[in-house]
Amino acid sequence: MAVLTEEQSMLRDAARSWVQEKSPVTAFRKMRDSGVELGYDATAWNEMAEMGWAGVIVPEEYGGSEFGYLSLGLVIEELGRTLTASPLIASGLGAASALILGGSDTQKSEWLPKIAEGTAIATLAVDEGPHHAPEKVALTAQSTRVGYSLNGKKTFVLEGMAANLLVVSARVSGQPGDKAGIALFLVPADTKGVTRQKLSLADSRGAANIAFDNVLVPESAILGSVDGGYALLEKVLDRARAGLSAEMLGAAVQAFEVTLDYLKTRVQFGQVIGSFQALQHRAAKMFTELELSRSAVEAALTAIDNDSPDVPELVSLAKAKMGDTFHLVSNEMVQMHGGIGMTDAHDAGFYLKRARAAEAAFGNQAYHRDRYARIQGY
Amino acid sequence: MADFGGTDLETFRKEVREWVEGNFPKALKGVPNPMAREERGNAPSADMETWRKAVGAKGWGTPSWPKEYGGGGLSAAEARVVTGEFNRAGAYNPIGGMGVMMFGPTLLEYGTDAQKLEHIPAICRGEIAWCQGFSEPGAGSDLAALSTKAVDKGDHFEIDGSKIWTSGAQWADWCFCLVRTDTAKKHEGISFVLFTMRQPGVEVRPIPLIAGSSPFCETFFTGARAEKKDLVGPLNGGWTIAKRLLQHERSGLTGAGGGLGSGGKSLEQLAKDYVGHDDKGRIADHDLRSRLVANAINMRAFQQTAVRAMLEAKGNASPSSATSIMKNAGTQLIQERHEMALEIMGHQGLGWEGDAFDADELAAVRGWLFGKAFTIFGGSQEVQSNIVSKRILGLPDLTQSK
Repeated sequence: MAVLTEEQSMLRDAARSWVQEKSPVTAFRKMRDSGVELGYDATAWNEMAEMGWAGVIVPEEYGGSEFGYLSLGLVIEELGRTLTASPLIASGLGAASALILGGSDTQKSEWLPKIAEGTAIATLAVDEGPHHAPEKVALTAQSTRVGYSLNGKKTFVLEGMAANLLVVSARVSGQPGDKAGIALFLVPADTKGVTRQKLSLADSRGAANIAFDNVLVPESAILGSVDGGYALLEKVLDRARAGLSAEMLGAAVQAFEVTLDYLKTRVQFGQVIGSFQALQHRAAKMFTELELSRSAVEAALTAIDNDSPDVPELVSLAKAKMGDTFHLVSNEMVQMHGGIGMTDAHDAGFYLKRARAAEAAFGNQAYHRDRYARIQGY
Repeated sequence: MADFGGTDLETFRKEVREWVEGNFPKALKGVPNPMAREERGNAPSADMETWRKAVGAKGWGTPSWPKEYGGGGLSAAEARVVTGEFNRAGAYNPIGGMGVMMFGPTLLEYGTDAQKLEHIPAICRGEIAWCQGFSEPGAGSDLAALSTKAVDKGDHFEIDGSKIWTSGAQWADWCFCLVRTDTAKKHEGISFVLFTMRQPGVEVRPIPLIAGSSPFCETFFTGARAEKKDLVGPLNGGWTIAKRLLQHERSGLTGAGGGLGSGGKSLEQLAKDYVGHDDKGRIADHDLRSRLVANAINMRAFQQTAVRAMLEAKGNASPSSATSIMKNAGTQLIQERHEMALEIMGHQGLGWEGDAFDADELAAVRGWLFGKAFTIFGGSQEVQSNIVSKRILGLPDLTQSK
């Protein structure tokens, strides 16, 4: 655990006690069983927003607390422990970052206060295929007399059904794969020509595929500059990746603690199974990986707060490392629980499913290892 | 980060810088620390002796140790200044070895005032080389099974038995040694004694290892003598002291940033040189590349953890739990790098000696082989996993190790 300021400690403690009281894993189970289309509990989200969590990175002048990314990461980590489903990462982290980094005063004034108070939900619509590939944008933005016309599709948009505002990457020139020629657009989700398809995913979170059919937006919908979209997008994505890694950290730590508790209580052959060295050393390995991952995640969030030049490599490091660790721990959680871990009545499956979804989001381990190596020049 | 001390620290930095300029022999610039080398058989040069004596007199080789025992008496911030200025001048710290790494800190904690006054100043001056009499042929991972006996002869102890893996015993002046003083008990029958290696009852035989010659020895004691005043801590109370000493040892054995003996080239650069790269600069062997980057990421996370543990230790009262994982994590990553260095060099990475191979290539082979010891000595990988399981995770202990 990083050395925290007083306000960070208070924020984390508030999140921790809220999660324990209001959002245990049973709450997630209830949400899943209800089949709610949003993929989260709206009442719980209102409470979270009331506590200011949707505005942790938002500047004070736009209604946020401007505590920074490490602070938001602390909240997200606590929420991650019990798999709390909410639009916080999509809206209060990802889309909020896009507006903070690229928005004009008008755009910020219009959207940030609503995002910070949780009344508007915004999200990033970036990927178009089964793998994260932010430069492979085929969705086109064609210049019209009054603005742009968007045509194409976006896939696996987080909180895509709940969102009021989409931050859409679109191609104004060039070919899919070119980093030049990409622009970001702010598209209200109720704009004519936007069609959403709810995705039912293994991790039960809200997500959608979204089609854009002659969606007309004004010039003022462009976020940042029309030719500088990719550089902005990378910065935004790095913030989302780091925050998502914090959720993965919380979930992985909890999955490990639950498993460790089981090792200490489950009796076979007349003794607790945690007395077997084969399991002890695997537990020690998981603990080691979690410690290394925590360092990587906290370093990435801290680098963002410091606007350090090595943010891209530190974020890829954190997402890759955290992905490997959550992968390992979620598998071991099921394996070490044995038969009970295979049942839907047990929580192990939730962690396993969430692990894979979080690994894939905003670039899996292979993506980030490759990116890390490219940044390092090999 | 706040730098407590502010202007005083800058004054001190200036003072250290001037002193280093005035005292560090220019001929030694960039020379590696001879204490860190395996082959210490050669006598040190006159320059080396001058530098050792100068630093020793200042106590700056052991900057944070108390002044009254010959240390520098400096704060942690000041000690960092000294290290920084040495690095800046390309100067090594000539005061080192087991006396500094393990024995000194332990004696400062557990020794009597008289013992500290006798032994610590000589360590601070780099005059006395110490060796560690811990492992025995029958007591490796299960160290407390040791059987080297110390019998009370009135004014002294008589020591019989043998130790193994006594690094540097062939050059050592003194030994800190675990001996059995009560055969009826295991952990509670062990004492911690000191004695000179320069006596008739001590015989040392170096052990050639898979990497060739090594600093490791077998050491035999036949009626060797330890004075009563050189018992550290209470009789039969040596195990507690030994555990503390092992913590000092392990914290120095994490292998972080350990060199590969590859002329300062990164492993990634070596891979480009030996294996080739595509027009985007990516290593041509994609399988190797992905393993290299996985290791690099882990290595960096390991370093980040070391920094985090340090910051947490400053910020909180309780020690960071991160430290317990460091030895296993670090040593395994270094071994992976050694393996990949060999793989990258191909047949050129298999040379044992001769001019068909350059110095980097020969060093890679020896480093790879010697590196196998990292997960064995100072508490094997398996023992470290036991310690994490038991002390950190609270899982039951079936080995009765302590």
